[in-house]
Amino acid sequence: MANTDLYNYILGIADNSLILGQRLGELCGHGPNLETDIALTNISLDLIGQTRSYYQYAASFSEEYKTEDDIAFLRLEREYRNVLLVEQPNTHFGFVIGRQYLFDVYHYMLMDELQNTKDDTLQAIARKCIKEVSYHKRFSGDWLKRLGDGTEESHQKMQEAINGLWRFTNELFELTESEDAMIKAGIGVDVSKMKEHYYAEVSLLLNEATLQVPERKNFTSGGKKGTHTEHFGYILSELQYMQRTFPNMTW
Amino acid sequence: MSEKEVKNMEDIFEARIARDEKIEPKDWMPEKYRQTHIRQISQHAHSEIVGMLPEGNWITRAPSLRRKAALLAKVQDEAGHGLYLYAACETLGITREQMYEQLHTGKAKYSSIFNYPTVTWADIGAIGWLVDGAAIINQVPLCNTSFGPYARAMVRVCKEESFHQRQGFEIMLTLCNGSSEQKAMAQDALNRWWWPSLMMFGPTDAESVHTEQSMKWKLKRKTNDELRQQFIDQTVPQADILGLSIPDPDLKWNEKEGHYDFGAIDWDEFWQVVKGHGPCNKERMDARVSAWENGTWVRDAAMAHAEKKEMKNRKAG
Repeated sequence: MANTDLYNYILGIADNSLILGQRLGELCGHGPNLETDIALTNISLDLIGQTRSYYQYAASFSEEYKTEDDIAFLRLEREYRNVLLVEQPNTHFGFVIGRQYLFDVYHYMLMDELQNTKDDTLQAIARKCIKEVSYHKRFSGDWLKRLGDGTEESHQKMQEAINGLWRFTNELFELTESEDAMIKAGIGVDVSKMKEHYYAEVSLLLNEATLQVPERKNFTSGGKKGTHTEHFGYILSELQYMQRTFPNMTW
Repeated sequence: MSEKEVKNMEDIFEARIARDEKIEPKDWMPEKYRQTHIRQISQHAHSEIVGMLPEGNWITRAPSLRRKAALLAKVQDEAGHGLYLYAACETLGITREQMYEQLHTGKAKYSSIFNYPTVTWADIGAIGWLVDGAAIINQVPLCNTSFGPYARAMVRVCKEESFHQRQGFEIMLTLCNGSSEQKAMAQDALNRWWWPSLMMFGPTDAESVHTEQSMKWKLKRKTNDELRQQFIDQTVPQADILGLSIPDPDLKWNEKEGHYDFGAIDWDEFWQVVKGHGPCNKERMDARVSAWENGTWVRDAAMAHAEKKEMKNRKAG
């Protein structure tokens, strides 16, 4: 087993938290009411905290990057491994909730399985994360039901969001080479096996929210291999702004 | 109630305040006491909420993950302060929606300091150090104010503000121990935030219309000028530690008084900003109003869903 595979595997998980945390950070102060504003900021904070744990671990044995911040801020666009779903914009609150829920169900399953990894550090992180993620899933699932089965307008907006985001869901279960290697080593989770369970759970909730479950076709992917959507460069230009403008400084 | 009875109630009320008893929401209180508290507490809540905007402006660009997490946590704290202050204010018989309405129409004010822009990362440090520092001086006495819900909310608010202030100072210290560019960024932020921070204590005592009544109700324990002096005396030595210069050529230690003397505050600027003509008044209000308006369909959906659920439960039950 090469350390590169472990490194890439960790980043594959961590980059999702970073980019979704960054997206949610854009919303702070602009929520539909104070309670949701606080909740979304809190989720963002959890995700950034998780990111730090993963990157600190990755930096501890990386030859290229020495700190969590190097990993977060100094990579090129093609080197980020997050799925396309988490980089999708905050088009409206329905998209924010839809993106969150579609990710949270997957994230919860992943953390649940990752608790059985042979890697002690990842196991410790997963044990901490699952408590946070279980709250995220409850929050996004509850709001999905409210918006789906709320007013006609909210139903239509929520359906629009689900339809728009659906094509990014299959990527969650595609395996990269590093994931394959880590699964063989007893460290990684075989996410491809979670797929049917995922769609069953999501469909159940969409039905409860009186929403149509889109057909499972016309999926798109690329993020896990570093080919992102056109949104991604803009995310990085904000995320990396300070580190790029003032290199090698302590903040 | 007859005039005599009201007078009698007022006497009992004033005696309770004099004995430092807490006034609770269901207790009788003079209408003016109620209105003054609605004005002040809602203004305080609005300041927390509007204050999220200039700081939130740097969340996506925070220079390290640690700073990003701390800033998220801080802005979340401000939202929490807003939440319990709105709740405290609601006990006086006004709804949160009514308070928002007053904010959005300009009837209710918020702290003018948030009408200044955060243009560099150092502004996040300066806000924590100076603005939260000034807020603490304003707010610590309120932990003992006469209205119970406000006093209790302020105990928690002050604890968190004190943490924010230390965090802000630590950002400044890191910048001042850093490169020449970082130090220049810190000095520039101090230059821009110093005078607006002094204005946070409000007009001079001679000009302040609310001070006398507020002192009587223990809604204020010290005058604006006393608090401002306390802030300056406390902050100048901190600037010395940072190695930064306070942008006031008239600032000097007065041995005889045991205080710093300081230069004239530009009150024209203060009133311009209070009247809505500061650098960001329009942007702040636009952001609040559009968050509220864009959120209407979400709040409506939540209400509609709750009603549907209740109907279902009733049928089932």
